[in-house]
Amino acid sequence: MEKLRHMMNPLDFSVEELESLFDLAGEIERDMEGYSHKCDGKILATCFYEPSTRTRLSFETAMLRLGGKCMGFADASNSSAAKGESVADTIRVISCFADICAMRHPKEGAPMVAASKSSIPVINAGDGGHQHPTQTLTDLLTIRSLYGKLSNFTIGLCGDLKFGRTVHSLINALSRYEGIRFIFISPKELRVPDYITEMLRQKGIPYEEVIKLEDIMPQLDFLYMTRVQKERFFNEEDYIRLRNFYILDKEKMALAKENMFILHPLPRVNEISVELDDDPRAAYFKQVQYGLYVRMALILTLLNIK
Amino acid sequence: MLNIGKIEEGFVLDHIKAGKSMQIYRHLGLDNMDSTVAIIKNAKSKAMGKKDILKVECDINSLDLDVLAFIDHNITVNVIKDGEIIEKRSLVLPKEITGVIKCHNPRCISSIEQELPQIFYLADEEKEIYRCRYCDEKYSESDIM
Ligand SMILES: [Zn+2]
Repeated sequence: MEKLRHMMNPLDFSVEELESLFDLAGEIERDMEGYSHKCDGKILATCFYEPSTRTRLSFETAMLRLGGKCMGFADASNSSAAKGESVADTIRVISCFADICAMRHPKEGAPMVAASKSSIPVINAGDGGHQHPTQTLTDLLTIRSLYGKLSNFTIGLCGDLKFGRTVHSLINALSRYEGIRFIFISPKELRVPDYITEMLRQKGIPYEEVIKLEDIMPQLDFLYMTRVQKERFFNEEDYIRLRNFYILDKEKMALAKENMFILHPLPRVNEISVELDDDPRAAYFKQVQYGLYVRMALILTLLNIK
Repeated sequence: MLNIGKIEEGFVLDHIKAGKSMQIYRHLGLDNMDSTVAIIKNAKSKAMGKKDILKVECDINSLDLDVLAFIDHNITVNVIKDGEIIEKRSLVLPKEITGVIKCHNPRCISSIEQELPQIFYLADEEKEIYRCRYCDEKYSESDIM
C-alpha cells in the first residue's frame, strides 16, 4: 500500500513532485472531460470550522468535476465542534465516511493535528494566519501557465507584506526556483518580516524593498497585489497619505511591460481598479480557474488515482 | 566555596546560569526521585560571576539530558562513578522537545485543545531556534513551563 500523504504546507512536496502536479493540472485544463469520471464513487469531506465560501466551492467543484461527491460542514456553529469535540475525534469519524478531507480551521495547526490522526488524506484549506497551501499552489500554477516556466523572472509583491500569509508562503515556495528576483512594494510599516528577508539573503536570492509602485513598474514580469487595510496603520494620516501608492490603476499600468501579469489572491476591494479588469494582463480571474485545476490535480494525486 | 559531600554515582551539573537551578531541578523530574540532590545557588565563578551547581546522586542512565541541552547547552555535565569524574558529557540540542515549553500563540490549536502534547522542533540549529510543531511560532525564554 502507498504511504498516506497530506497537503499541509506547499513545501511538503518537492519541486519535482510539484512539477508532476502542475503537469497533471495542465492536462486537466486541456481535457476536463477526460477526467470527469476519475473519482467516481469517491467522497470529499469539506470540514470548514470557519466560513470561506470561495475556497470551499473551489474544493467541492474540483471533486464534482472529477465525478466524485461532497459532504461536510461550512462553519463550526452547527457541527460537533460546537459541542466541544476535538479535531482528532472529528477526523477519526470523517475518516469512516469519506475518502479525502479538506479542512479549514481558525486555529493554526488544526489540520496538522487532524492529519496525524487521520486514515484518509487531509488537505489544509487554510489554518488561521499560518498556511493556505492550495492558494500558493494556485499562484505557482498560474505563473507557470502564463509564463511557461517557474524560473527567471522578476515578481513584485505589493501591499500588506507584513501580515499577508499568502505572500509569505508564495515567497517561500518561489525561493526554491532559479533566477527569481523579488521586489517588495509596501509602506515601511507593512514590510515583509525579517525572517523572510533573512532567508532570501542566506540563499543569495536578490530582493529590493521600495515604497512606490511607479518606481519599479517597468521591471516587473508579475505583480502580485494584496490589500492594504486601514486598521494596519497607526494613524489615519499615514493611511490617507499612503493608500494611493498601493492602488493599481490605468496610469500605473501604463508603465508596465506589455506582458506583465497582475495576480491577486482575491477577494479584491479597491486595490485594483475595475477599469483594469478587461486588460489582457489582468490574470486574477484566470487564477481562480487555475485554482480549480490545481485542486483537481491535488485530489487525484493524494488519492493516488492515475 | 561551600563544601558538599562527594557523590558516588551520579552527575554534577556545573556552570548553570545563576538562578536557573530550580527550573532544571523541575524539568529533570528530580522532585519525583528519592535521590540525594544538592542545589548550590549563586556560587562564585571566575567565568560567570555567579553560577548554580546541581549534584545528583542517581543511576547515570536515569536522567533525560535532552531537556538540559534545551534549557542551556553551556552547562557542564560531569558523570561520576565510584566518586570520580569518568566523563564530561557534551550537550547537543535535541531535535524535538515535548512538554517543556508551551506555545504562547493564542491562535495555535494547542491553546484550545489542552490534551495535545506541547511539541517544539529545532528549526535552526545555528541560532538555536525552536518552533511549535503545530503553528511554527518561535519560542521565547518566557514560554518555558
Ligand atoms: Zn503553536
